[in-house]
Amino acid sequence: MPAETKSIRFDPTDPIFRWVSFSAATLLLVVLGGLIASLVYGGWPALSTFGLDFFLKFKDCPAGSGAHFCIDTPWNPVTDVYSATAPIVGTIVTSFLALLFALPIAIGVAVFLTQFCPRYLAQPLSTAVELLAGIPSIVYGMWGLFVFAPWFAKDIQTPLMIAASQDPTSWVAKLVAGVPNGANLFTASIILAVMVLPYMASVFRELFRSIPPQVREAAFGIGATPFEVTTSVIIPYVKKGMIGVIMLGLGRALGETMAVTFIIGNSHRFPKSLFDSSSTIASTIANEFAEATTDLHTSALVALGLILFLITFTVLAIARWLLSSQRY
Amino acid sequence: MDRALRRKIANYIFIGLCIIGTAIALGALALILWSLFSQGIGGMNLKIFTMDTPAAGSEGGLRNAIVGSILMCGVGMIIAVVIGILAGTWLAEIGGDTAYGHVVRFLNDVLLSAPSILIGLFVYELLVFKSNPLSLGHFSGWAGAISLAILATPIVTRTTEDILNLQPNALREAGMALGASQFTTIRTIIWKAAGSGLLTGGLLGFARISGETAPLLFTALGNQFYNGDLSQPMASLPVTMFNFALTPYADLNKLAWAGALLVAVAVLAVNILGRWLARDKNSH
Repeated sequence: MPAETKSIRFDPTDPIFRWVSFSAATLLLVVLGGLIASLVYGGWPALSTFGLDFFLKFKDCPAGSGAHFCIDTPWNPVTDVYSATAPIVGTIVTSFLALLFALPIAIGVAVFLTQFCPRYLAQPLSTAVELLAGIPSIVYGMWGLFVFAPWFAKDIQTPLMIAASQDPTSWVAKLVAGVPNGANLFTASIILAVMVLPYMASVFRELFRSIPPQVREAAFGIGATPFEVTTSVIIPYVKKGMIGVIMLGLGRALGETMAVTFIIGNSHRFPKSLFDSSSTIASTIANEFAEATTDLHTSALVALGLILFLITFTVLAIARWLLSSQRY
Repeated sequence: MDRALRRKIANYIFIGLCIIGTAIALGALALILWSLFSQGIGGMNLKIFTMDTPAAGSEGGLRNAIVGSILMCGVGMIIAVVIGILAGTWLAEIGGDTAYGHVVRFLNDVLLSAPSILIGLFVYELLVFKSNPLSLGHFSGWAGAISLAILATPIVTRTTEDILNLQPNALREAGMALGASQFTTIRTIIWKAAGSGLLTGGLLGFARISGETAPLLFTALGNQFYNGDLSQPMASLPVTMFNFALTPYADLNKLAWAGALLVAVAVLAVNILGRWLARDKNSH
């Protein structure tokens, strides 16, 4: 029986499908482009009105202070003068403090789960950590507002301030000065740390698990202790990836809104101490945007958003680059 | 001997520190969950589902917020699943290896972790602010749904690409050997084989957006009253929680906790379901 030869039919659905799916992929770029364009467009009035003053505004120093320069941090919807310095500093300080608290603990959790944890515990604990990474950040924020901040104000901040009042000129006293209501830079950083902790721990765990077991076994085989295996084999093996994860965590902390807005105190000036109220870019936008009074106020908030975008974009781009160049 | 002892001690200290770190982390998270359940269950009753958000001092529930959240997440998810699966398929099956494909993949990853409040600003400029032709000129449920869609699409795209890359090439070759077109192969073989994985991606995206507050603050805004019309300002659970938590009234705070419990339980349930589906797939 002669085989029926049929030339391969041209299927018109193919190019349509290619075109439709290509458009969907392109739409993602359009959205990102639109995001940048809208932030530039919306923030332009404020940026062009204030120029460099929006980023850094100097003022005359008070007589006799002896300082060479003084930075002004106005954020005043009444007189329509805005400067982004204080929220930028607040954002960066809270994010770095949060990473400082969260990083060692996240690495500890990941090391524990991948190295020391009995097998019957490792799976449930890892799943628990991953599930907790999915809890919406507003829940962390509410816990901070209702539970953590009151406790912190009563049992930590007040005793510390009383102790420090013995010697008001000491650096400790300067560090803990503030209103003892629990809404400050430090508590906001802690809540932020608690929020990024499960996320970072679960990504670190993934990273450690990706190491070929032979590498570890070889190290154990020459008699290294678990401590030595971790510090001289595992961590160097995924060094780049770890920096990538840190940057990812930093990107999250920088842009986090709800966990911070509740308890940072939202004041637009330089925090004078660790326990002083402050604000971040995201918290300022969340608090003021829907109620912005003048066009310039709205524009200043969008310009803040543009700054946040540029910071997080840089951090995330570096993170992705490091993570993709990590061969595992 | 001395050296061996030192190494042993360093090792035990290290293990101890790791255990302490894990204990601190789990302890903090347990405290949060405990507050969530103890405070949330106190506010939980049938009225939550049958009555709308009250003014301080009067009786009420969260019905309008629950309905608003479901509507906006639902619409957002439909958009995200359609676009995300198509874009993910393009990356995995068609153009992922081209230079353009690398750019799309990279920027999708950036969009995936972009601060959600910026998505809110973008949609505000696009759909709420008066000075452009697309804009509705006022806060609306559509704006909220689109913000959520923009948040979920990169997640769906990413998981779709990952799942499709896991499908063996033999499946694609089998489709081609039968003379099926690429679209037919993808539609009837690849998507089918990856079915539960795609569903998992959708569920993870849903879990992510259902607790999002920041992008809804100035797109959907919120609404004191029951509203099923997406072209009007719309209440949502997270925004209602945010507003109520910041009031000084104990009864509204209680409702905020009840809402937080609802959202957290929903997110956990969806996450667990997604994981379970993914596991089911792997055991085949």
